[in-house]
Amino acid sequence: MVDVLVCVKRVVDSSSEVVLTDDAQAVDGRYAGFTMSAHEECAVELAVRAAADAGTTRVVTLGDEDAVEQLRHALAVGCSEATHVVADSSAFGPADVAREMAAVARDHDSQLVLLGNDAADSGDFQVGIRLAYALGWPVINGVSTVTVADGTVTASGTGPEGHETYEVPLPAVVTVLEGGVEPRYPTVTGRMKAKKVQIEEREPTTAPTGPSRVRLLLPPPAPSDVQILGNGPEAAPAVVDVLEQLGVLAR
Amino acid sequence: MILVLVETSLEGEAVEVSREAVTFARALSAAGGDRPIDAVTVGEPSADLVATLASYGVRRVHALTGDAFTSYAGAAWASGLISVQEQTGADLVMAAGTPRGNEVMAHVAARTDVAMAANVLAFEGLDPFVVTRQVVGGAALEEMRLGDRVAVLTVAGHAVEPRRAETPGAGELVVETPSIAEADLVARVVSTDEPEPDLSGALTSSRVVVGAGRGAGSADGFTDLLELTDLLGASLGVSRVVTSLGWRPHHEQVGQTGSRISPDLYIPCGISGAIQHWAGCASSKTILAVNTDVDAPMVTKATYAVIGDLHEVVPAINAEIRRRRG
Ligand SMILES: Cc1cc2nc3c(=O)[nH]c(=O)nc-3n(C[C@H](O)[C@H](O)[C@H](O)COP(=O)(O)OP(=O)(O)OC[C@H]3O[C@@H](n4cnc5c(N)ncnc54)[C@H](O)[C@@H]3O)c2cc1C
Ligand SMILES: Nc1ncnc2c1ncn2[C@@H]1O[C@H](COP(=O)(O)O)[C@@H](O)[C@H]1O
Repeated sequence: MVDVLVCVKRVVDSSSEVVLTDDAQAVDGRYAGFTMSAHEECAVELAVRAAADAGTTRVVTLGDEDAVEQLRHALAVGCSEATHVVADSSAFGPADVAREMAAVARDHDSQLVLLGNDAADSGDFQVGIRLAYALGWPVINGVSTVTVADGTVTASGTGPEGHETYEVPLPAVVTVLEGGVEPRYPTVTGRMKAKKVQIEEREPTTAPTGPSRVRLLLPPPAPSDVQILGNGPEAAPAVVDVLEQLGVLAR
Repeated sequence: MILVLVETSLEGEAVEVSREAVTFARALSAAGGDRPIDAVTVGEPSADLVATLASYGVRRVHALTGDAFTSYAGAAWASGLISVQEQTGADLVMAAGTPRGNEVMAHVAARTDVAMAANVLAFEGLDPFVVTRQVVGGAALEEMRLGDRVAVLTVAGHAVEPRRAETPGAGELVVETPSIAEADLVARVVSTDEPEPDLSGALTSSRVVVGAGRGAGSADGFTDLLELTDLLGASLGVSRVVTSLGWRPHHEQVGQTGSRISPDLYIPCGISGAIQHWAGCASSKTILAVNTDVDAPMVTKATYAVIGDLHEVVPAINAEIRRRRG
């Protein structure tokens, strides 16, 4: 039996156009809506599976009031408990977030903490690793499968030389990359159950030192100089001319 | 002094993104202080590797060797790097923004209790040291201050062209065997399976990639696309919609959460070109898009485009290729 903690972050859905807030300190989600990152959806799925043998799965987020939405989503797909550290996540740097996650893991006696490899917005690639040092635990980074048996976590993912496997005794931290599991969709009963869960609310343990952000900016739009080769199948000869020019047809 | 972690290929050569990172280090050095650049490799490097790094301006190559480095452990690599950093007094430690590079630098930053900037594209100034880095999968940039006694960063892939130095470095080899604590070897790769043929390795090194997105329509909609892939000796890359719908396996996904490709030619068919997909294909030399929508971002960013239904356009291209081959 293992008690798992999984860390998710409320982020702006950036699959359409990205707009910045007036103070250029964050991405503005007013028009785009919010989500959690793809890696974290997989981390939630892996956490739920890892705790399937009667352990608990606690989802935690550090975010504003609205981040409850992401907690409810995780509860609806199988997490059993939730903690909300209520704070403005854009005022927290990666070391700050790691410290807060460590406090939650300690208070709930978690044996395994799962996170995303990198957050979809700030992309710092480090909260999981900093958390491991804060807890004094080993960390496996950037894997896509995670299983737990007999006090050992086995995890695997793609490395530069092939598919790599790690085996680490609990307690441990693991950061997850999308691709190893299919996150499930919430069912109606899942959503009903999620509504009834009492979410633990906390304040941050200490004031954040903050990210080292000066400001955000948008990359300049690239001018389009596309050459339209034609419409429909009639364009095929023009396409193959281009393939010949580029020398990719020779065989 | 600047310390750069250099990753090597199976053949023992410095990977391109690491050579880019060294090139980036030279720009930093030239901008102020002419700081010497040392490299750190894992395992004993070949004479060729040392010579290559010298040609990129590296003064000294510190090779981390010993039992702790025979299989990958992020904490052990970081511990070895920190021992070299302390010995040399380096005030900047950096790597390429690869999975390993980002992981090891995060360990270094956590252990030294300093900030880390991931996926840096450029630097704005040295005093204060301000860098610009990719965030939101490349849809936005962040200016970030690195004010610590040791600055830690990774360089985004293809932020600079890898270029040899005008004056080569001395390229002196120093073999290091730092003692690594047991705790740093707990999370260590215990086995590596050879990638199956045609896994993402082929995708990332292909000269030509045929892309397929939602426009493929269904799992059965790939026949013509696979034929085109075959005719061009290319690899197939797909969008996340395609993998999340289960039409194709995840290892074929291109983008922020998939592979990053840099082929000579990318032919995305029925892919809108969302920023997260673009993050994985932006360094393609030429893009030829096939899309029904003339305003799709992939079309406006492409070099060439055909406007039309891929199920009509792709078979016509295949037929034309076969016709010309006779
Ligand atoms: C955190 C995060 C990470 C992500 N990571 C990735 C990633 O790694 N890779 C990735 O690809 N996406 C990723 N995404 C998703 C991304 O935002 C887009 O949703 C996705 O890329 C869209 O896929 P698509 O272009 O196939 O589909 P759509 O956006 O639906 O576009 C389909 C395109 O096909 C065209 N089309 C339709 N029918 C036809 C036809 N018959 N013939 C020709 N053209 C046709 C349409 O005009 C349209 O342009 C990520 C999103 C998030 C939030
Ligand atoms: N505010 C937050 N609340 C909960 N988890 C977070 C938060 N920020 C980051 N994380 C977790 O840490 C991972 C890595 O984030 P980062 O290092 O910022 O790229 C994310 O994928 C999340 O799992």
